[in-house]
Amino acid sequence: MELLQSLLGADAGLAVWTLLKILVIVGPMMGAVAYLTLAERKVIGYMQIRIGPNRVGPKGLLQPLADGVKLLMKEIILPTKSSKGLFLLAPVLSIMPALAAWAVIPFDEGLQVTNIDASLLYIMAITSMGVYGVIVAGWAGNSKYSFLGALRSSAQIVSYEIAMGFALVGVLMVSSSLNLVDIVKQQGVGIAGGSILSWNWLPLFPLFLVYLISGVAETNRAPFDVAEGESEIVAGFHVEYSGMAFAIFFLAEYANMILIAALTSIMFLGGWLSPFPASWGILGAGSILWLFAKMSVVLFLFLWFRATFPRYRYDQIMRLGWKVFIPVTLVWVLVLGVWMLSPLSLWK
Amino acid sequence: MDFQAVVFYILSAILIFAGFRVVTAKNPVHAALYLVLAFFTASGHWLLLQAEFLAIALVLVYVGAVTVLFLFVVMMLDINVEKLRAGFWSHFPQAAIVALIMMAEIILVLSSPEAGLSKLQPAADAMAKISNVKVLGGQLYTTYLLPFEAAAVILLVAMVAAIGITQRQRKDSKAVDPGVQVRVRRDDRVRIVKMEAVKPEVATASESNNEQQA
Repeated sequence: MELLQSLLGADAGLAVWTLLKILVIVGPMMGAVAYLTLAERKVIGYMQIRIGPNRVGPKGLLQPLADGVKLLMKEIILPTKSSKGLFLLAPVLSIMPALAAWAVIPFDEGLQVTNIDASLLYIMAITSMGVYGVIVAGWAGNSKYSFLGALRSSAQIVSYEIAMGFALVGVLMVSSSLNLVDIVKQQGVGIAGGSILSWNWLPLFPLFLVYLISGVAETNRAPFDVAEGESEIVAGFHVEYSGMAFAIFFLAEYANMILIAALTSIMFLGGWLSPFPASWGILGAGSILWLFAKMSVVLFLFLWFRATFPRYRYDQIMRLGWKVFIPVTLVWVLVLGVWMLSPLSLWK
Repeated sequence: MDFQAVVFYILSAILIFAGFRVVTAKNPVHAALYLVLAFFTASGHWLLLQAEFLAIALVLVYVGAVTVLFLFVVMMLDINVEKLRAGFWSHFPQAAIVALIMMAEIILVLSSPEAGLSKLQPAADAMAKISNVKVLGGQLYTTYLLPFEAAAVILLVAMVAAIGITQRQRKDSKAVDPGVQVRVRRDDRVRIVKMEAVKPEVATASESNNEQQA
C-alpha cells in the first residue's frame, strides 16, 4: 500500500489498493460459488448413495466450468412484452448486495476491505436490498407464473429478515458494539478463556438457531425453497430467464449462502478465533483458516438440510417465521437484558 | 471545488432526477423503483454529513421494508394510469399554488435569522471520536425519552389498529389452523398392518388379494 501511494499519490494509491482488495475477495468468492455448486451435488449425491457428477474432468472436478461455459453460450431470451430495462437490471440487483456486503466482513484481525463503525447495520441494510432482484425479476418478465413466484419468495424474504434482525439485536447487546471486529473480539474473552465455550452460540443458543434457520429461509434454500419448488411450480420468479441472466440468480443465491455462513461464523462462532483457549500456543491462536473451517461447517449444514428435509408448505413457512421465531427472539432479548443486568452476567 | 462538493452535486442531480421521475413516470412500478433510487441517494447525502447511522437506517427501513410493501401493493393493483392522468392539467394550477406556498414556507423557515443555520457547526468534529449510534441512543433514552416513548406508543396503536382491521374473518372460510396441522402424528393418519408373506400361487391369487384388502 505504501508502495502504491508513493507511486500514485496518497488518494489514488488508496483507491487502487482498495480495488485490489476487492478483486482479491470477489475473485476467490466466484470460485467458491462455482465449487459450492459442485460440492452440493456431490454431497447430496453421496447422501443419496450415488456418486454425483463424475464425467467432466477427474472426479467431475471441472463440472462447474462446463456448466458456466454452457450457460454463457446460451441465448438470453427477452420476453416480447417484458419491461426490457428492468428485466436486465433484476439479475444485477440480486447479485450486487451479495457482493457488496463482503466489504465489511473481517477475515482476520485487520484483514478486511474496510472497517466501518456500524458494519453490522451496513450488512443488514445491504442484504435487505436483495429482495428487489426477486421482485423486479418477477414483475419485469410480464408472466403470471414468475409474478406469483416473486410474491411468495419476496414475502418469505421480508418475513425472515425480521427474525434475523432480532437475533442480531441479541448479539449487539452482549458485545455492545455494531462493529464486526469488536463482536469477534468480545467472544475471545470470558470465563472459558476465549475457547469455543465463550463464543456467542452458547449463551445466545436460541438466537443462534433462529439466525441459522432464518438464514436458510432468507437464501431461499431447501426446506424453504418454495421459490424454486420444482415439483409444484416450474421455478419461481426467474422462470422467464435463460442463459447467463438465469445463472446470475444462482450465483447470487450461492454467494448469499456463503455470506450467511460467514456472518453466522462471525456473530455466533467466534469468527477467526480458535476453538481452543488462547493459552494453547499455536492451536489457540486465531487464524483465517479457523474462519474458513467454520464457514465450511455451516455450508455443509445447508447442503445437509437440503438432502434431509421435505419442503415446507407456504403457510407453514409464514407461521414459523412470524409466530415461532419472532416471539422466541423477543423473549430471549428480554431474558438477555435481565441477565446482563443481574450479578450472573457474563459480559462485564 | 473539493471532492465532497463534487459528490454532493452528483448525488443531488440524481436525487432531483429520481424525485421528478417518481411523479412523472407512467408506470406506477417504475415510479416506486425511482423512489428507491431517491431514498438511496438521500442516504448518500447523509453519509456525506457523516450521519452514518441515519443513512444506513434510511436504507434499512425505507428501501428494505417500506418500499417493498409499496411495490407489492402497486404490483397487485391493476391501476388504470389513463384514468388517473385524466384531470392532470385541470388540477395542475391548484397543485402548483400549493407547492409554491410550501416551498416559500420552507425557505422562510430555513432563512430566518431565528433558525440560525449559518451558526451551526459541522457535527463531524464532535462525532468523530464517539460512535454515531451511541450518541443517538444516549440522546433518545435520556433527553428525549418522553417524546420517543410517545412516538413508540402511537406506532403501536397504529399497528394494532391495522391488524384489527384485517382480522375480520370470513365465517365460511375453510382454512385450517396450521397449529393443529403440525401437531398431527403419524398414528393419526397411517395404520400399519403386519401381514404374513404370501406365496404367489396362481390358484390362490384372488384369495391373497382379498387378504390384502382386509
